[in-house]
Amino acid sequence: MIRLVPRTDSAPLLQVATPVMAVLATMLAGGILFAIMGYDPVAAIRTIFWDPLFGPAAGYSRPQLLVKAAPLILIASGLAVGFRAGIWNIGAEGQYIIGAITGAAVALAAYPAQEMWIFPAMVIAGAVGGWAWGMIPALLRNWFGASEILVSLMLVYVAQRIAAWMAFGPMKNPEGFGMPGSRNLQQYPAASNPELIAGTGAHWGVIAAAAAVLATWFLMSRHIRGFHIRAAGIAPRAARFAGVKPQTLVAFCLGLSGALAGMAGLFEVAGPAGQITDKVGVGYGFTAIIVAFLGRLHPLGTLLAGLLLALTYIGGELAQLTMNLPAATVQVFQGMLLFFLLGFDLLTRFRITRRVTA
Amino acid sequence: MIDPVALFLLLLSASTPILFAALGELVVERAGVLNLGVEGMMIVGALSGFATAYYSGNAFLGFAVAALAGALVALPFAILTQFLMSNQVASGLALTLFGLGLAALFGKPVEGVKAPTMAAGPLGLNWIVWLGLAMVPAIWWFLNRSRPGLILRGVGENHDAAHALGYDVRRVRLAAIAFGGAMAGIGGAFISVATVLQWTEGMTAGAGWIALAIVVFSNWTAVGVLAGAWLFGGVTVLQLRLQAAGVRVPVQLLSMAPYLATIVVLVAISARQKFSRRSGSAAPGSLGQDFHALR
Repeated sequence: MIRLVPRTDSAPLLQVATPVMAVLATMLAGGILFAIMGYDPVAAIRTIFWDPLFGPAAGYSRPQLLVKAAPLILIASGLAVGFRAGIWNIGAEGQYIIGAITGAAVALAAYPAQEMWIFPAMVIAGAVGGWAWGMIPALLRNWFGASEILVSLMLVYVAQRIAAWMAFGPMKNPEGFGMPGSRNLQQYPAASNPELIAGTGAHWGVIAAAAAVLATWFLMSRHIRGFHIRAAGIAPRAARFAGVKPQTLVAFCLGLSGALAGMAGLFEVAGPAGQITDKVGVGYGFTAIIVAFLGRLHPLGTLLAGLLLALTYIGGELAQLTMNLPAATVQVFQGMLLFFLLGFDLLTRFRITRRVTA
Repeated sequence: MIDPVALFLLLLSASTPILFAALGELVVERAGVLNLGVEGMMIVGALSGFATAYYSGNAFLGFAVAALAGALVALPFAILTQFLMSNQVASGLALTLFGLGLAALFGKPVEGVKAPTMAAGPLGLNWIVWLGLAMVPAIWWFLNRSRPGLILRGVGENHDAAHALGYDVRRVRLAAIAFGGAMAGIGGAFISVATVLQWTEGMTAGAGWIALAIVVFSNWTAVGVLAGAWLFGGVTVLQLRLQAAGVRVPVQLLSMAPYLATIVVLVAISARQKFSRRSGSAAPGSLGQDFHALR
């Protein structure tokens, strides 16, 4: 008979090993899934995880890695902070969309001016938009005790409809021949977020993502607020006795993750996406939840996890082209990854022993 | 003029998917488990039910398969939370993401085809609508008047005490999770097989999350779930009526109504539970907590 004994140590080696095990298990289970669907499992796994970096078309796909990883890491580093405190912002997708809209609004209002301040103002507007959208669930929880999980998630659907309204209504390109969607910011130099170093895919969002990793690392391991967050997550009652105000943490965590998600949305709409359409939200906000968990809610882990999940996006697109694999494959992969991750997490919290039969 | 009876019948249909999903989640939460995977189980039910109905030509068979598929897809969540002590919030989210991906992956072949027609029941309403209405007293009776229901509530209120009394906490919770999955599956299938008559990716559009909010709104009672589902059915029907009537508000803004209404209701009910001295929240005591029997 198998028996689980709670660990008293922190098992540092397993903390690192379990995400790797989860990735391997996902590859295995994914391979089985591909075999059932009638694809060559080895070729499919290689196409998704290997070819984007080292395959024949890697020259094109490698820069995409940073393009896809930047929003994931930016959003996930904010989410990880909140998850540490047991504050569940699962509406980052909505904050991302609103950030894209408010940021783009600055550009569209300034068009066609070519001033230096336009792009920085857009970044600020994007962050403020995302922050404000994140503050709605925070305030509703603090004032009325409403679940931030459900409110933040509901606001994703609201944000999607605001984006559709903007694309078909107020933000529609007046020179767009009646097509839905705003002006393309890539063709508006003062407002665009271009590739900074040719061939790397690095735009301002990549720099912001790196800064977010550093800042959240500092916050969580060097700053008193980070200590409060960790304390509130592990022992909420003890933290309260120590003077940690739960309401402050709720507002801080939802505001921070909202602002980062909003910035991610702005960088995307000013760069790779280019314009506000009804499909501004492409699921980064949800995938970032997986990134945060895969990174074990640690800033450095988030960085690596973001790169890995960006790889699955690119690999998935590649597999779609070369192997005719359905686009949703990546989504299933990401779901499975989170399942395995949560399952293997058992090893870090419990020791598995044989039950001694008396 | 709009006929109020016809409007009420529309409301009954519109509220059915959420009614099923919320009743299922009610039983799950009364057993002390918070399953945030309702949306994922609903979409899997919507696809499997639709595909079965399309290929077999029998819509009722579709609902049966949807129930089975909903229960099956909840299995990883059940294993994670009951045996591997995983965080219920994260596991439920994983179930939603997994279900949405799975349905999108396997749904391609049935895109663009039409569901078979169903024979209507009394008052021209679908039989599944009647089944949903019948489930309300059935679940009320089960929870409040039957012995297994008493045990289930006991497990949800205090799992350590229930364990000490010799009840198998895990088995009760596994059964509850499977039931919740089946109910969500039926609710999802109602959208694809009986309402839209087509399969489209992501067609549940947050209904599962609204169902979760309704359980909070209901204060964990079956009658409250019915009231909540009708409220949302009403908002949905009204919103569609306004669209049809050509009100000078953009369609995209009108279609926000169900989500905004959810937030408003959630806030109102949470505030009542927070500030009122007499009627506090009736949330089960062990809701969302891990159960690990050391002995």
